[in-house]
Amino acid sequence: MTARRITTGLLTDPSRTIEFEFDGRRLSALAGDTVASALLANGVRLVGRSFKYHRPRGIVTAGPEEPCALIDVLGASGALPNRRATTVRITAGMRVSSQNRWPSLGLDLLAINGLFAPLFSAGFYYKTFMRPAWAWERLFEPAIRRAAGLGKLGDAPDAPPKTGDEILHDHTDVLIIGTGAAGLAAARRLASSGLRIMLVERDVEAGGGTLLDPRWQAWRTQTLGELAAAPRVRLLTRTQVIAAHDHGVFSAVETCAAGASDAAHDAEGLPRERLRVIRAQRVLLATGANERWIACPDNDRPGVMIAGAALAFLRRYGVAVGERPVLFTNNDWAYESAFALHEAGVPIGAIVDPRPSSNAASRALALGIVVYSGSVVTAIEGRRAVRAVRIASVDGAPRATLDTDCLLLSGGFQAESALATQAGGSLQWREDLASFAAALPDSRGVVTGAAAGGYGLFAAAQDGDAAAERLASGLGLSASAESIALPDDPETSPLKALWEVAGHGKCFVDLQHDVTTDDLRQAHREGYTHIEHAKRYTTHGMATDQGRIGGLLGAAVLAAARGQSPSEVGLPTPRPYIHPTSFAALTGGEIGAHLRPERRFPAHASHVACGATFVPSGLWQRPLVYSAVAGWDPVLREARAVRETVGVGDASSLGKIDVQGADAGRFLDFVYANRFSTLAVGKARYGIMLREDGCLLDDGTTSRLGERHFLLTTTTANHTAVLEHLEFQLQVNRSDLDVVLTDVTDQWAQFSIAGPRARQLLQTVMPDADLSSAAVPFMAALPARIAGVRGRLFRISFSGELAYEVAVPRDQADAVWTALLEAGRPLGALPYGVDALNTLRIEKGHITTAELDGNTTAHDLGFERMLKTEGDFVGRVLAQRPGSTSMQRRQLVALRPTDSAARLIAGMILVDRSAPRTNLGDVTSCTPSVLVDGWIGLALLADGRRRIGSRLLAVSPLHGESVEVEITTPHWFDPENTRVRA
Amino acid sequence: MSPPSASDVPSTRSQRHRSSGRYSALRLLREALTGHRGWRPAWRKAEPRKEYQVVIVGGGGHGLATAYYLANHFGITDVAVLEKGPIGLGNVGRNTTIIRSTYYRPENIRFYDFSLGLWEGLEQELNFNAMVSQRGVVYTWHNDGQRDHMIRRANDMRLAGADCVELDRAALKKLIPPIALDSGRFPVLGAFMQPRGGTVRHDAVAWGYARGASEAGVDIIEHCEVTGLRQAGGRVTGVETTRGFIGAGTVCLAVAGHSSHLAGMADIRLPIETHALQAFVSESIKPFLDVVLMFGAGHFYISQSDKGGMVFGGAIDAHNTYAQRGTQWIAQEVAAEGVALLPDLARLRILRQWSGVMDMTMDGSPIISKLPLEGLVMNGGWCYGGFKAIPAGGYTTAHLIARGVSHPLTAHMDLARFAEGRTVDEIGTGPFPWAH
Amino acid sequence: MLRIDCPHCGTRDEVEFRYRGDAGVRRPAAAADTAAFVAYVYERTNPRGWHHEWWYHAAGCRQFLQVWRHTVTHEIHAVGTVAAVLTPPPGAATP
Repeated sequence: MTARRITTGLLTDPSRTIEFEFDGRRLSALAGDTVASALLANGVRLVGRSFKYHRPRGIVTAGPEEPCALIDVLGASGALPNRRATTVRITAGMRVSSQNRWPSLGLDLLAINGLFAPLFSAGFYYKTFMRPAWAWERLFEPAIRRAAGLGKLGDAPDAPPKTGDEILHDHTDVLIIGTGAAGLAAARRLASSGLRIMLVERDVEAGGGTLLDPRWQAWRTQTLGELAAAPRVRLLTRTQVIAAHDHGVFSAVETCAAGASDAAHDAEGLPRERLRVIRAQRVLLATGANERWIACPDNDRPGVMIAGAALAFLRRYGVAVGERPVLFTNNDWAYESAFALHEAGVPIGAIVDPRPSSNAASRALALGIVVYSGSVVTAIEGRRAVRAVRIASVDGAPRATLDTDCLLLSGGFQAESALATQAGGSLQWREDLASFAAALPDSRGVVTGAAAGGYGLFAAAQDGDAAAERLASGLGLSASAESIALPDDPETSPLKALWEVAGHGKCFVDLQHDVTTDDLRQAHREGYTHIEHAKRYTTHGMATDQGRIGGLLGAAVLAAARGQSPSEVGLPTPRPYIHPTSFAALTGGEIGAHLRPERRFPAHASHVACGATFVPSGLWQRPLVYSAVAGWDPVLREARAVRETVGVGDASSLGKIDVQGADAGRFLDFVYANRFSTLAVGKARYGIMLREDGCLLDDGTTSRLGERHFLLTTTTANHTAVLEHLEFQLQVNRSDLDVVLTDVTDQWAQFSIAGPRARQLLQTVMPDADLSSAAVPFMAALPARIAGVRGRLFRISFSGELAYEVAVPRDQADAVWTALLEAGRPLGALPYGVDALNTLRIEKGHITTAELDGNTTAHDLGFERMLKTEGDFVGRVLAQRPGSTSMQRRQLVALRPTDSAARLIAGMILVDRSAPRTNLGDVTSCTPSVLVDGWIGLALLADGRRRIGSRLLAVSPLHGESVEVEITTPHWFDPENTRVRA
Repeated sequence: MSPPSASDVPSTRSQRHRSSGRYSALRLLREALTGHRGWRPAWRKAEPRKEYQVVIVGGGGHGLATAYYLANHFGITDVAVLEKGPIGLGNVGRNTTIIRSTYYRPENIRFYDFSLGLWEGLEQELNFNAMVSQRGVVYTWHNDGQRDHMIRRANDMRLAGADCVELDRAALKKLIPPIALDSGRFPVLGAFMQPRGGTVRHDAVAWGYARGASEAGVDIIEHCEVTGLRQAGGRVTGVETTRGFIGAGTVCLAVAGHSSHLAGMADIRLPIETHALQAFVSESIKPFLDVVLMFGAGHFYISQSDKGGMVFGGAIDAHNTYAQRGTQWIAQEVAAEGVALLPDLARLRILRQWSGVMDMTMDGSPIISKLPLEGLVMNGGWCYGGFKAIPAGGYTTAHLIARGVSHPLTAHMDLARFAEGRTVDEIGTGPFPWAH
Repeated sequence: MLRIDCPHCGTRDEVEFRYRGDAGVRRPAAAADTAAFVAYVYERTNPRGWHHEWWYHAAGCRQFLQVWRHTVTHEIHAVGTVAAVLTPPPGAATP
């Protein structure tokens, strides 16, 4: 073992050993371990392969900023790819595997890519693979795709999970993100202000950097105790804020029951993750800073690690990251890792520091640690693991080669600033820190602690406390807190900016995407000099870690090539998400059948009982046909019943809008192209409604139920759009009118009774009513009692037969439906569904959404005479534009094949034999007819009315079919409406 | 119509400047041996001259392509492209990289299929590998009405010479093993596919056209923002910029997302609103999905990039916005639709979300047209279809500039169609830009 | 995610509302010519800045609301009923 568990960690339980599998190897861990800490404890250094060169990679960090140690977690509900080994907590029996290697991690054949590395420079793929042209899709690209990619999503088990995760909504006054010294101090201060405080921490424990310094344990314990007792403070751990949105809204993902959540999810349907949408008046960002990488040759070898990770693995899990680590740093803060290891009994090989001297170096020397001042690491030896490092003075003179198994790097820090930027904040360059610090406008909140450039726990706590006070006073509140003694920060010397140590070997700035300093310089040479161009050309900072440890480093290398300061180059815009976010978390419970709500007819249960097959129509489930048999036979049987005896259908999905008020008629005159104010009480009328651009928005019948009371119907598809349109016209354009609109679609069930025996059927359920044409003429709309239920009776027809529609309150729907079918049985009645209705209306030449496609005008449909010539109405002016009335437009016609054995297909194109590639129109709907032999259809056809009587071809290249059709008027069946008026 | 070839029009390459050199495997090898020190800028960083025959405002895909075709196919090389920031960072650099000609209106099919034809030869034409990948675009359908609509579209595409085939459920499942046909709210009943559709590496399109235009003598001037349009005698005479006045015989606005602002400088109000469309990319995974897949029961669409990330998107944000950021609830809807179609996605993590701001027109179709000021033309109004249209948009805009009349494929994209009632509304939504 | 302070229902999430476009254009009088209606239906200033717009509280009071909102920052300056007379924010272009 080259690394080992040397002490008791804060998070690990030494009494509970559990086993897990890594690439099929059984290893032991302690409860509380992450995969990374357990692998290190087991001496495993090589954990993955890099993206492009397939170089061996190890564990680089101890947290979510990890670029290299990505694993697939093999759960019961499928693999979870690309999880960070540094954050995945081990559960008993957990199986994880390494990524991007074949056949194995130790022997990865694609490591041959490393031999060709000189070819794989920045953007190489833009310059080759171009000839022959066919070879890209067939040869080069498939090979590239197989080689690229990290983890495997793999196959799901047989059935996808039945339950999803969940989405919760939170409201708070102040959202504090981060619970390090700054965040906790701020919360402690604000606890007394009366404000609601939500404190969010991504780690499993609150405390941030204070977890790594035993001197701070007392303060942390006391503060957390006070906060737990404070009534308006809530603390959420394991919760990662993923984005800042407008208007003080943040989203965060909470990982439920760490580790065990996968099993609980599979077994009990408990959420694995929980999306929280948080609305906050102010945000206090105490998000800390990430330690930075240094670009030196071969700085990707397993065993090279960010300095602070060594401290984290030691304190949190009791694991020493190496036997004799060497630290290479330019700042005093990083020395703390070496001091902690030294104190724990791990010998420090040496500390290499480009600065001539520093307070920290003096402390190190006092502890007996060797310090190479004014020096840098110029080479790292070893391939699958670090073996030695070479050290030279800053001016290049070799000084030493030291054997070591672990090199700790720290080039300074970079504020975790993405949330601040997203929330409307800004970054300021701090020359003293060689870094950007974040700030927010007061109206949004405040950035505090290391994110604002305040390094050190004492400084951060002080800053957090002051920031909280400012924030409270900005809201007109005061916040006080008893002061507690805080441990001091050590006296630090200034850091010295250090970005790159050039030498032989690749100097990586983006470990996951294999981007080197040479790549950035080449991008610059080729003109990709803007940070966004360089990023896109080299893919620097675009990996799953989003450049947490190397982003600023790359920008600085680019800045050097440009001869500028990093402050002039800047950082790429940080897009959401701060941390990769699962589809499952964003989806919440909307999985499977819960993707959208389902609207059912009031009599849905009766339709099921009648054997209906349903069809989705928007959110509705409508009865398509009352049969499980596919094909036209059952449909035509239902249609034939309507033509020959009687059918009963359900039209409840039609929109129904109640229009009441003294000006109801005038309002309808304004929103319909035809007139309604003259309609008699007790009568219905068909109407067309235009958009202001002159195209048809919708059509339907509207009935006058009283002097000041109309009931308007809409098509199923356009119901909500029509309601919004009517409200807009009423509220915005005709607020002078006394009208109230009420949507009553869900209050009424509406059934149609159609066919020659419709009156007979109705008489059975309305035994006392006079249903004669004299009493109930065509287009009558009257109150009625149907099967004993108070409702409404409309004599309207969509099928062209004698027909009625009855409307009853929805809770009576099943009873009335059943009564209608019962009454119809001796008459040969059948229930009929959407498909049969479609057959019937095509025969009658009536339009539906297929023809009313949002582009048709009244002229197109032959309705031009319905346009009022007097009075204003919506669409009146623009309907008269030349382009809206042109005869060259597509007009509604009917058609049928000249050979009655030929079929039509909806979507066939109409062409002339002389110009077979010119679209003249298309078949919008079609059906086998029950009135005539063969198929019939409706079409929208250029100059269609003049073509009536002519013959065209209806073609479907898709099906390889071509049919000669005769164009006819759409109103060929019973044009006098004698059947309707029977 | 076959794509134009470089020999259509004599090209004027007299103004050759320091070239970036030809790209090839051999060159790559040679450079590799010398530490890649011989590469030169892909496009010159030009300084503005006093005057140009043509000034193109906007260094995005359409502006750069227009310049490229003007110089290489229409013989006009006295051209400047002005970009307020660095080139290629507008919508050409922030889309979901899909190319296809699956449109509904025959005139649009012909235009976008012309574009597809140009994409097919683009890399050889530009000597820049934009990774045009014709992996196929698949649309699912979920009820008969959708099927009928798609049949009509497929037939119109076939009549126009484009390709489209129907897939039954078995074929669909074979093509896309992770697809859920029956487990969701809206069972998948079938699908249509355009095999020639696919994806392109978006950034490379901007860079490739910029390089090609620059080599032919076009000045690409970055960090030069247009602040005004100068007029005299009823025609445009040039542009005021942050780097001084630049005279021009013709000014072409190619600034989709910001067309209203630029046209407003000439007091022209366009039938356009600016809206944001979000897009997303997941963490990189091994090959999961070979085709571009569109969900017929929602707005979700997805493909997998060569790097392994799943690239996907959904509906637009309804409200006018110039901010390149989207609302969270759209992201939730997109994720839910994705999981409905491909349940395995639930386990995948989304890396980044971004937004592009687009010209949304009143009929959902683009505008390539002269504007009511002599010498001023525009290429814009792309809604969310701009990326796939870049080659054809650039070519036909160059045609309009060079010949003074619309290319026949873009006759229907004129501005006057709104006043005259000839709108080209793919989905029949009417004059509500956010609903297209 | 926008938060809109509905005068009837209080501050609610954007998802409850439907956007209805430019409130600066008003329907011409009945006698107006085609050009006036073309301008009303199609032509927009589309400002990069303050925008006067309609929102419909579809899942709330079902009332149309006037909103002054900034199209870059998304800041909302004022929300009012159809009848309300709102003071435009400083710097807003008004017809």
